[in-house]
Amino acid sequence: MTDKVITSENVRLYYGEKEALHGVNLDFKKNEITALIGPSGSGKSTYLRCLNRINDLIPEVTVTGSIKMDKQDIYAPNVDITELRKRVGMVFQQPNPFPFSVYENVAYGVKLAGRSKVSKAEMDKIVEDSLKKAAVWDEVKDNLNDSALSFSGGQQQRICIARVLAVKPEIILLDEPTSALDPISSYAIENTLLSIKKDYTIIIVTHNMQQASRISDQTAFLLDGKLVEAGPTKEIFINPKEKETNDYLNGKFG
Amino acid sequence: MDQIKAKLMKPSKETKQETVGKIISYTCIVAIMLLVLLVLYFIISFGMSTFTKNNVNLWSFLSGTNWSPGQVDAHGNPEVGALPMIVTSFAVTILSALVATPFAIAVSLFMTIIAPKHGKGFLQAIIELLVGIPSVVYGYIGLTLVVPFIRHLYGGTGFGILSGTIVLFVMVLPTITSLTVDSLKAVPRYYLEASLALGATRWQTIYKVILRAATPGILTAIIFGMARAFGEALAVQMVIGNATLMPKSLLTPAATLTSQLTTGIGNTVMGSLPNNALWSLALILLLMSLVFNIAVKFVGSKGDLNK
Repeated sequence: MTDKVITSENVRLYYGEKEALHGVNLDFKKNEITALIGPSGSGKSTYLRCLNRINDLIPEVTVTGSIKMDKQDIYAPNVDITELRKRVGMVFQQPNPFPFSVYENVAYGVKLAGRSKVSKAEMDKIVEDSLKKAAVWDEVKDNLNDSALSFSGGQQQRICIARVLAVKPEIILLDEPTSALDPISSYAIENTLLSIKKDYTIIIVTHNMQQASRISDQTAFLLDGKLVEAGPTKEIFINPKEKETNDYLNGKFG
Repeated sequence: MDQIKAKLMKPSKETKQETVGKIISYTCIVAIMLLVLLVLYFIISFGMSTFTKNNVNLWSFLSGTNWSPGQVDAHGNPEVGALPMIVTSFAVTILSALVATPFAIAVSLFMTIIAPKHGKGFLQAIIELLVGIPSVVYGYIGLTLVVPFIRHLYGGTGFGILSGTIVLFVMVLPTITSLTVDSLKAVPRYYLEASLALGATRWQTIYKVILRAATPGILTAIIFGMARAFGEALAVQMVIGNATLMPKSLLTPAATLTSQLTTGIGNTVMGSLPNNALWSLALILLLMSLVFNIAVKFVGSKGDLNK
C-alpha cells in the first residue's frame, strides 16, 4: 500500500441552505491517478474544487467535514490558502492561459513567491522543464514570446498544465481538462498525465468513461452529491458492486 | 399553379415593410452625414478664414502669446496668439486626468472585484449621479467653494489652472470610472480563478493579471476622460479666471480654448477678425477631438492584438 496523500471524511458542501455534497469519504494515494466520474450535476467538480479551496470564491459556500492533506486539515482556520494552492495545482475545463506570452504564463506562478529571487537562467530552466514535462515544448519552443492565446486549444491546455507544474505542486486537480478539446489533443493530454504521474498525485474529473478507464488507477463514481462507489479502476469497470454504478457505466442513464 | 406563381412573383407585405424600413434608415443616415459634413465645413471654412482672409500667419497664431484680436502689434499684425489658451487647455486636461485616474481605478476595482455587491448598488448610483449633474452646477460649486478655498490657501485670486483642475477632476472621474468598470468586467473570471489557483493573493491577481489584461480598456477610459476635460467649457470658464495670458503658475488666472470661446463669441461681429480668430480656436478643438478619437481607435486595436 502506498501512503494516502489526501483523506476526506464526511465532506458536506452547502450553497446557502442547500446541501450539494452529502458526506463524501474518499482517499487519494500518492502517485496515483484518480478519476471522478458521474453525470452532470453529480457534484464531482464541486468536490474537486474543495480540495484547493477555490470554492471559497463563492460567497455562500460552506464546507463541513474534514479534508486532510498529510494529516493537516486544510480547512483549519490558520491554514495559508496561497501555500495550499501552491501545493495543490489546478487545471480547468476551458484552457485559460493568461493573455501574456507563453514564457510569462509559465513563469507567473514562480514569480509570485517573490521571496527568493529567481535568476533569468534559473527561470529559463524552470520554464523549459515545465513545458517539456507537459509535452508541449517542441511545439512552442520557437515562439516562447508569442501570446499563449495564439496556440490551439490543446496546446493552450498543455501550457496551462506546464504553468501548474512550474510551481512544483504535489497534487494536481484537473476539472474535465479535455472536454473542450478534439480527440487528438485529448490523447496528448492523457499521455502527458501518464508521463508525469510518477512525480505527482493526480485527481481528474471526467465525463468520458473511456478516458477514466484508460488512465486512472482509482475511480470514484458520484451521483447526486453522494459517493456511490470508489475503488481500483479495474474493479469498478469490470465488477462494480453497486447497481447504479453498473447502470451508469453501461449507459443506462447519464 | 398560376396562383402560386403570381404570389411568388409579387412582393409580399413583409418585403414591402423591409423596403420601407430600409428607406427610413438610409434617410436618417444620409441626414446625419450631411449634418456632420455641414458642421465640419462651417468650422473649417470660418476657422481658416483667419489665415486666408485676414492673412494671419499660422505659426504666429499657434506660437504667439498675446491675444487681443482687436488690436495690432508694432509691425501692424493682429495680436492673435493662441498659445496661452492651448497650453492652459492641455494643462487642465492632463492634470485632471492624472489626478482622476488613480481614484477611478481604485473605485472601479472596489466595484468589480473587491466588493461587487456594494459596487452594483451604492457606488454605481453615486457615479451615475455625478454624470447627471449639469456642468453649470459644477462650475457654480467650484466658484463658491473651490476658488475661495484656493484663495485662502495660497493667496491670489483663487482663479486659475488649479481650480480648473479640481473642478474637472470631479467631472471626469465618473467618465473614467464607468469605462474602467466596463473594461474590468470584460476581463474573464477564469483569469481570476487561474491566478488564485496558482497560489496568488487577490492583490497579486489584481495587479499582475486583471489590471494588465484591462490596460487597453483603461487607457481608452482615460482618453475619453481627457476628451471630456478638453471640451468642457462652462464649468471651467467659471473658475479659470479668463485672462488670456500665458499661465505662469497653477494659481494665476488663465483661459482655455473653450472658456475663451464662450466668453468671446457674444462680443464679436460675425466675419470680423476677432470673430474669425475664435472660429480658429474652435477648429483647434475639433482637430484635438479628432486626435482623441484616433487615439482611442489605436489603443483599442492594440488591445485586440493581445487577444
